[in-house]
Amino acid sequence: MRSCVRSSRALSPAVLPRLLSDTGCWGPRSDRRGLWNSPRSFTTATETQPTPLPGQARVVICGGGIVGTSVAYHLAKLGWTEIVLLEQGRLGAGTTRLCAGIVSVAKSISIESKMAHYSNALYERLEEETGVKTGFVKTGSLCLAQNQDRFLSLKRLASRLKVIGINCNVIKPKEVTKLHPLVNIHDLVGALHLPGDGVVSPPDVNHALAVAAANHGVQIHERTSVNHVLVEKGHVTAVETDRGPIECEFFVNCAGQWAYELGQASEVKVSVPLHGCEHFYLLTKPLQEPLQPNTPVVMDMDGRIYVRAWQGGILSGGFEKNPKPIFTEGRNQLDFQNMQEDWDHFEPMLSALLRRMPSLDSCEIHQLVNCPESFTPDMRCLMGETPGVHGYFVLAGMNSSGLSFAGGAGKYLAEWMTYGYPSDNVWPLDIKRFGNLQSSRTFLRHRVMEVMPLLYELKVPRWDFQTGRQLRTSPLYDRLDTQGARWMEKHGFERAKYFVPPGKDLLALDQSKTFYKPDWFDIVGAEVKCCKEAVCVIDMSSFTKFELTSSGDQALELLQHLCANDLDVPVGHIVHTGMLNERGGYENDCSVVRLSKNSFFIISPTDQQVHCWSWIKKHMPNDPHLHLEDVSWKYTALNLIGPRAMDVLSELSYVSMTPEHFPSLFCKEMSVGYANGIRVMSMTHTGEPGFMLYIPIEYALHVYNEVMSVGQKYGIRNAGYYALRSLRIEKFFAFWGQDLDSFTTPLECGREFRVKFDKDTDFLGRDALLRQRQEGVTRRFIMLVLEDHDTELDLWPWWGEPIYRNGELAGVTTSSAYSYTLERHVCLGFVSPPSLDGTPAVVTPDFINRGDYEVDIAGQRFPAKAKLYPFSSLFTQQRRRKDDMELSNFQAK
Amino acid sequence: MATTSQLFRALHGRDFSRIWTSSFSCQTHLPCCQSFQPGACLNQRSPNIERRWYPTRGFRTSAVQHSYHLSPPQVNSILKANEYSFKVPEFDGKNLSTVLGFDSNQLPANAPIEDRRSAATCLQTRGMLLGVFDGHAGCACAQALSERLFYYIAVAMLPHETLVELENAVESGRPLHPILQWHKHPNDYFSKEASRLYFSSLRTYWQELLDLSNPGETPDVREALINAFKRLDNDISLEAQVGDPNAFLHYWVLRVAFSGATACVAHVDGNDLHIANTGDGRAVLGVQEPDGSFSALTLSNDHNAQNEDEVRRVRSEHPPNEAKTVVKQDRLLGLLMPFRAFGDVKFKWSIELQRRVLESGPDQLHQNEHTKFIPPNYHTPPYLTAEPEVTYHRLRPQDRFLVLGSDGLWETLHRQEVVRIVGEYLTGVHQQQPITVGGYRVTLGQMHGLLLERKARISSTFEDQNAATHLIRHAVGNNEFGTVDHERLSKMLSLPEELARMYRDDITIIIVQFNPHVIGGQQN
Repeated sequence: MRSCVRSSRALSPAVLPRLLSDTGCWGPRSDRRGLWNSPRSFTTATETQPTPLPGQARVVICGGGIVGTSVAYHLAKLGWTEIVLLEQGRLGAGTTRLCAGIVSVAKSISIESKMAHYSNALYERLEEETGVKTGFVKTGSLCLAQNQDRFLSLKRLASRLKVIGINCNVIKPKEVTKLHPLVNIHDLVGALHLPGDGVVSPPDVNHALAVAAANHGVQIHERTSVNHVLVEKGHVTAVETDRGPIECEFFVNCAGQWAYELGQASEVKVSVPLHGCEHFYLLTKPLQEPLQPNTPVVMDMDGRIYVRAWQGGILSGGFEKNPKPIFTEGRNQLDFQNMQEDWDHFEPMLSALLRRMPSLDSCEIHQLVNCPESFTPDMRCLMGETPGVHGYFVLAGMNSSGLSFAGGAGKYLAEWMTYGYPSDNVWPLDIKRFGNLQSSRTFLRHRVMEVMPLLYELKVPRWDFQTGRQLRTSPLYDRLDTQGARWMEKHGFERAKYFVPPGKDLLALDQSKTFYKPDWFDIVGAEVKCCKEAVCVIDMSSFTKFELTSSGDQALELLQHLCANDLDVPVGHIVHTGMLNERGGYENDCSVVRLSKNSFFIISPTDQQVHCWSWIKKHMPNDPHLHLEDVSWKYTALNLIGPRAMDVLSELSYVSMTPEHFPSLFCKEMSVGYANGIRVMSMTHTGEPGFMLYIPIEYALHVYNEVMSVGQKYGIRNAGYYALRSLRIEKFFAFWGQDLDSFTTPLECGREFRVKFDKDTDFLGRDALLRQRQEGVTRRFIMLVLEDHDTELDLWPWWGEPIYRNGELAGVTTSSAYSYTLERHVCLGFVSPPSLDGTPAVVTPDFINRGDYEVDIAGQRFPAKAKLYPFSSLFTQQRRRKDDMELSNFQAK
Repeated sequence: MATTSQLFRALHGRDFSRIWTSSFSCQTHLPCCQSFQPGACLNQRSPNIERRWYPTRGFRTSAVQHSYHLSPPQVNSILKANEYSFKVPEFDGKNLSTVLGFDSNQLPANAPIEDRRSAATCLQTRGMLLGVFDGHAGCACAQALSERLFYYIAVAMLPHETLVELENAVESGRPLHPILQWHKHPNDYFSKEASRLYFSSLRTYWQELLDLSNPGETPDVREALINAFKRLDNDISLEAQVGDPNAFLHYWVLRVAFSGATACVAHVDGNDLHIANTGDGRAVLGVQEPDGSFSALTLSNDHNAQNEDEVRRVRSEHPPNEAKTVVKQDRLLGLLMPFRAFGDVKFKWSIELQRRVLESGPDQLHQNEHTKFIPPNYHTPPYLTAEPEVTYHRLRPQDRFLVLGSDGLWETLHRQEVVRIVGEYLTGVHQQQPITVGGYRVTLGQMHGLLLERKARISSTFEDQNAATHLIRHAVGNNEFGTVDHERLSKMLSLPEELARMYRDDITIIIVQFNPHVIGGQQN
C-alpha cells in the first residue's frame, strides 16, 4: 500500500500547471489515494511531448472514467475509427478511482442485471485480452434477508435472474456461514447466493479498457476538458476544448458527476438529469487472520450496507437513509479530490456492519472514503441519444453501480450509435424518458435524497416516489384531493390512484407496503364496479397531446409514413395506431384524431412526451408549412366511463349521444354545459363504453362540476388509475412502456387489424412486418388467468414473473392486475416456444392453447390459463357494436 | 436525621440552604392570593421550610424515593411548561435591532418557585431590559422586583423633558404613554392589589428625579441603574415601615421586605450592554472564536463569599471587632449566602426598627416565631445593600449571545459548558470537531462507541425549540460525559416537591441572541 496522500497533492491537476503536466496521449497514472495498488505504466506513453489534438474525428467521447472508456472500447470493437476520448484530468480519476469495485447482477430491473452480467464476463476476460491486471476475482455475492418481505424480494429477484440465465441460489442462513466466515446469521431468514458476481480493481479495469481501446486505434487525451459542444441545425458539429476545437459527427457525454453541467454547456442545452450525493465506505487494515480475497461480497440491504474483502481486511459502505447531496451548485462548489470523511454520518452503517460481523469490533480502521456518486430521478441510468440534438449521446447517472453497468451499458450505447438502436429494449434507461421538466436542480436535489436510500430499500409493488411531487397537476387536483384522491406520479404529473371514501382510513405509508393483498383492494373494487354498472370520471390529463397541422396534405403524408394504421380517414374519425420503427417494433402507441383535413390530434402515453416528440421531429421534413405543437398543457382530459356515460353527456349537450348518431371512435367538438369547444371522443382506454373529453383547461372545473352534478342521479363517482388498470388488463389491452416496447411488433400482440397491409401506402416498419407475417411470429402476447391463487393469502403477481409452459421457461409477464369481474388475477406477458435447431420457433395456436401454463411468483408456481382473446363477451354489456372491441388500449397502466 | 441530610450534602457536594433566617413562608401559589387565611403559614409549614431554617434537623417526612419514570414527552412537557421566546419584529424585512430576540425558561425546585424573570422593551428611551431575580425566604421580594425594578430603571433613564410630560399627564389625568412593553410568559403575573401603592412610590421617585434634573439632561445609564436599584430597595423598606391601612397590603409589603432577592439585569441598547448585578446571579457572554468554537466572557461578579473583593468590602464597612462574625461559614453573619440583596430588612434595619414594625404589624406576624428572630452578632446594621455592581461592555460582532441565569444554573454547569451548549444549539451545527482517524490505531469498536456517544449528544438538541429549555435539559440531565441522559433527567424531574430542593435549586435562564450584522454595521 503506497501512502499516496502526499503524492496526490503533488500530482493533482489543480497544483501542476497544465503546460508542465503530461498532456501526452497518456502517461502512467498517478495512484492518488492508493486505494487500489496497481503498478502500471503504459509503454506507448510519450511522457514529454503533448500529442496535438486532431482537428476532426468521427466521435468524441467526453469522460475517461470506466463508462467513457467502455464506450470507446465497444465502439472500436464495432469497427469505428477516428474515436477521440477526452479526459479533463487523468483517466479514471473521478468516481471510478474511488468506487468499491463490486460487480453484482442483483439489480432492480432485468435490463440492468443483463448489463451487469455482461460487464462481469467482460472484466473477467479483459486481463487475457489486454494483459493488464484487473484484479478480477469471482467471489460470488450474498444478499441477506433479515425479514420475510426482504426474502420475498430476493426470491423474486432469483426467479427473474433465472429467466436471463444467470445462476443463483436461494439459501438458508446456515449455508451463509459456510460461504462467509464473519457473517452473524442469528437474525437472518435467508439469503440469495449469486456465485457469478465478482470484484475488481476499478482503476485497473479502466486502464485495461483504455489499453484495449487504444490498441484498436482510439486516441486518448488526458488533461483536456470540453468547454462546450457546437450544434448546427440540430446536429452535433464540433467540440470546443481548452486545447482547441475538434470537428465531429458524434459526441458522447460520459462526464459522470459533471454530465449535467456539460449538457448545459452545449449550444442547444441538453438535459441530463442527475445529481451527486456523497457516498462513504470504510477500509480496514488486514484482519488478524486476513480475509481471503475470494470471500463473497455481502449485501445486507436491511442494514443498508455492503461488505467485500479488501487486502486482507474489509471494505464496507452503504446507502444511508439521510444522504448528503453535493454539487447542487455545480462543480466549483467543492473539490472532488478533497472530499471530507464524515464519521458521524457513517455511524448507522458502522452499527449495521458490527451487527452483521461482530468479530470486526477489534479490527483497525484504515480509512473512511468519501466517493461522490451520481443519481438520477428514477434510480436508473441515463442512456441514449438526446431528444434535441442529433449525434449527442449520453451515458451517465449510474446510481453508484457504474462499475456493474459500464461494460453492458457501453456495449448497448455502441450498438445504439452503430445500428440506430441497441440489441435489447433499453427504454427504462433511455434518456428520453426525461425532459427539461426533470432538470430543476432543486427537484434533482430532493429526489436523489430519496433515490439513494431507495437503492437498498425494500421495493414492493406499486411504490411511488414521495419527493419532487405535485410538479404538474390537473386543474382539478384540489377538487379530487379533497374527495380523497391518493396520488401517484408519472412524468412529473400527479394522477389519482384511487379515492378513499370519507370515514375510511388506509394504513400508513410504511405499513401498507406488502407483496400480498393491498389495503385498497375493496376501494378499487367499488370503483371498478361503478365503471361496469354506472359511470365514473377519471382525470387523465397527464396524456401527451400533440397537434400536427399543415397547409397542404403534408401532415397526412407524414403520419401515413409514421403510423402503421391508415390515417386517410374521414374527418372526425379516431384511429388507434402504432408508430413503428424499421424493425416493426412500437416506438409509440397512440390515438390519432383527424380534426380536419390537414390537422391531427395525437394522444400518446404520458411518458412519451419527449420520446414521441423527438421521434416525429426526427422524421419530419423541414417544411415551414408543417407544424407540430405540444398541446399537453392546454387540455384537461376527463374520461367518462361506464354504461351511463352516454346519459350523463346527453344531459349536458344538445348533440345526440346515441351510438347511431355518435358511433364509436368518433370525435366531435361540442359544448358541454356552458363551455364550448370541448373535444368529445367516443372511446375509452379500458374497453368499457364511454367518452373522452378533451377540455381547454379554463373550462375544466366547470365541465367537471357539471358532469358530477348531472351524474349524481346515475351514481357517478371518481375513479383512479388502479381501477383503470384492472379494467384494461382484464380486457387484454397492452400498454406501451409496460407491455409494448420497440422490439414488439403489432403482429406479436394480435394487432394485425391495426396495420394497413391492404393499402399500398408505405410506412415505417412495413417490410419487417410483411416478413414477419410471412414467417410467423416467434413470440406472442398472451393473457394468463391465474387459477388456484388465493387472493387473500397468496403473493400477488406484479410484473417480470417467469411464465412456464409444461414446466419449461416460456416467457415473462409484463403487467398484472386483479380482475374484479373474473375474481381472478390476470397477467399479461409474452411467451415464445423453445427453439429446436437454434432458430427461433414460430408460435402456433396449439402452443398457446395446449399446454399447462404456470406463473412463478417468488419461486412459487401458480397454474394459469392462457388466452389470446379477452373474456369480454362473457361479462360486458353488449351495448355497442362489435368493433368496440378494438378500442384504444395504450395509456392505462 | 442529621445523617440523612449530610448524606444528601455529600452526594452533591454543595449546600442548598442559603439562608437560616426567618421568613414569611409563602405556600400558596399566588403571593397576593385572595385565599389567604390567618394561620396558614403555620398550618402549611412543610419540611421544605424546616430544612431552610435548620438543615441539621433534617426531614420529618421519610425520604421515600418515588421510583416511577417519566416518559420523554412527559419530561418535555415539564421542561417546556415555562418556556418563552421573543423575536424582535423586523421592519421591511430587516432587523435593525442588535437583539434578535431572547429565549427564557425556568424550572422550579422550590414549591412554589422563588425565582422570577422579566423582560421588557423601553418605549420612551431605547433599549431592552432583561432580568433574572432569585428570591430567598419566600418569593415575595423577587415577585416585587420582577414587577417594579424595570419601571424604576426606565424612569431613571428618562430625560428631563419626558419626565415633565409624564408628570403633567398624571397630574391632569391624561392617559400615559406606556413606558415599557413587557414580554411575559402567561405564568409571569403582576399583582393587582399592590399596583396603586407601587405606582404612587414610582411617581414620588420621578417627581424627585424631576426636581434633581435640569432641562436637556439625559441620565447616564450606569447611574440610572444604580440609582434605580437603590431607590427601589429603599421604597420596599419604607413601604414596610409605613404600612398600609389595607390589612392585606400591609402584610404583603412586610413579606416583601422581610424576604429577599438578588437581581441580575441587562440593558441592551445598540452596541451598549450594561449589566447591573446584585447578588449571585450571573451574566455570561457567548463569544464565537474565529474557529467557530465558543468561549465564555463573564460580565458580572458574584456577590458572595467566593468573591474576595466582596468579603473585603463587607468587612470594611463594619468595625474590626466584627470581622470574624460578619462573614462566617461563607455567609453574611453566618446566615445569608448572597452579600447583596433586595429586601432582607432583617439585615438592614436596626433591631428597634424591626421590633417596632413587627409589633405594629398584622397579627399573623406574631404567630410566626421566626420573624422575631434577630441575626446573631447584629451590631452595626445595615449589613446588606441592594446597590448593584454595573459592568459595561461594547458589543462586538463575535458576541453572539448573553446568558442571564440564577445561581441554580451556574452551580450545575460551568460557564464554559453553558456557552458551548447554547452556542452549538443556536448555530445549529455542532461544533464537535469532525473525527479523523489520521495515523492513530482505532478499532471499529472504539469508533462505534465514540460515534454513539456523539450521536446522543446531538439528538438532545433537536427536541427543543427554545435555547433556555435546551440548557435546562443539560443542567438537569447531564451525565458525566456532558451528554443528556434521559434516565437521569427523568429521575430528577420526578423527585417529589419536598426532595427536589435537595438536588437542585430553582433555575431561571434568559438567553439573548445578538445580531452580528447589525452590531458589525454599527461599529463602523
